[in-house]
Amino acid sequence: MKEMEYDVLVVGGGPGGSTAARYAAEKGASVLMIEKRQEIGSPVRCGEGISLGWLEDYGIKEDESWLIHRIDGAKVVSPSGFTLEINAKMAGNEVGATIRRDFFDQMLAEMAARAGADIMVKTSARSLIWDDKHNVAGVKARCNGEDCIIKAKVVIGADGFESQIGRWAGISTVLKQGDIATNFQYHMIGIDIDARFSEFHLGSIAKGGGYAWVFPKGEDEANVGLGVTLDMIKQGGEPKRLLDRFIDKHPELKKGKIVEQVAGAVSVGVPPDITVKNGVMLVGDAARMADAITGGGIRNAIRSGKIAGETAGEAIEIGDISHINLYEKRWRAEMEDELYRDWMAKNKLVTLSDEEFDDLISALSEADIENLSVYEILEVVKEKNPKLVEDLMSFL
Amino acid sequence: MIDINRDKCMYCGACVGTCPVNCMFLYETRVEVDEDKCIKCGFCERVCPVGAITLIKEAKA
Repeated sequence: MKEMEYDVLVVGGGPGGSTAARYAAEKGASVLMIEKRQEIGSPVRCGEGISLGWLEDYGIKEDESWLIHRIDGAKVVSPSGFTLEINAKMAGNEVGATIRRDFFDQMLAEMAARAGADIMVKTSARSLIWDDKHNVAGVKARCNGEDCIIKAKVVIGADGFESQIGRWAGISTVLKQGDIATNFQYHMIGIDIDARFSEFHLGSIAKGGGYAWVFPKGEDEANVGLGVTLDMIKQGGEPKRLLDRFIDKHPELKKGKIVEQVAGAVSVGVPPDITVKNGVMLVGDAARMADAITGGGIRNAIRSGKIAGETAGEAIEIGDISHINLYEKRWRAEMEDELYRDWMAKNKLVTLSDEEFDDLISALSEADIENLSVYEILEVVKEKNPKLVEDLMSFL
Repeated sequence: MIDINRDKCMYCGACVGTCPVNCMFLYETRVEVDEDKCIKCGFCERVCPVGAITLIKEAKA
């Protein structure tokens, strides 16, 4: 049986995995990243909308190969059609883009490879190897259909929503039904859209537990999708059914041609209490770090991936594996408040009725908001619906 | 038992990450279920974005 040995093994070749592999390799560790699929980034399981303005912190240069369409802002649409336009200025000069997620992931993997990390595709981790001190010492895997053993001092679980590594290592990543959003999306061509804006449609179209989105990929094309939380669902296939209904109600979308279907789930919860255990660290979606309001996971995967990669690299450098426990403190200092704030806001938003969404969005759209701060929003909404603000204030 | 319609399945892993007892595994292009560990909660059936999963309730012997 083939046997390999590395300082750091990263399981999963998404944004979290590639970023962790890159920063660990830059610290001088020997790194292997494995990806179960035959191609990094494929099949895409993503709405492909991201915010910009943070990528350079991670050495990522914007490039047309994956950044295919820039947007000026977002439109948040209430059930009766009230629309709140959020432009770059209001959102703190953060603008957004629609990306080709497969090319984006491949670019990140290439950066990891250039930093010195080894990569193996079509390689699937099947179980953990434990040492006599009850620490994880690597994985048993299938590499191109052959059994192999990959030994490592540190294992980073970047295995996404399916999150096996964490559960095998004794970290519970089980989510409540209200913290799981299941999604379906079409890539549509030949539709009438305002390609300058992403659209978010709230309310009963997604059973009040999610939203439908239109993320432009060009003048007449977009990713059109819908996500809904599991607690709202009685029967399988709900995201597809609801999305078809949404498109049916929008003639400007209905005439479009579908060139791609995408399915997948994301966590809209918060990370488990422990993300480092027995020599294993979890990053990104595997650690339930996707943003609970949007379901977006790319940025937090890259943020946590960098912290995990650097911490693992340091542990190897100083020859003390217990150093990886610092990862817990480090990512929480940077990300935890934000994750909890958005999770609590999500838990409030899912209780709103269509009428309340209409009130909220119409009040905000009428107001002259220059800087979209949370407090400014609350001031505006207070005039229209004091009770709603009282509830919202309770978690701020 | 859990029946997965492989013609409908888009092997996205939504069921795998949702399973509360981790009895499902996503191979490259297929999902498999460990029926001995399965508690028949039906979460996988409901979470599937495309309706590829059916929980078949067996008649008592």
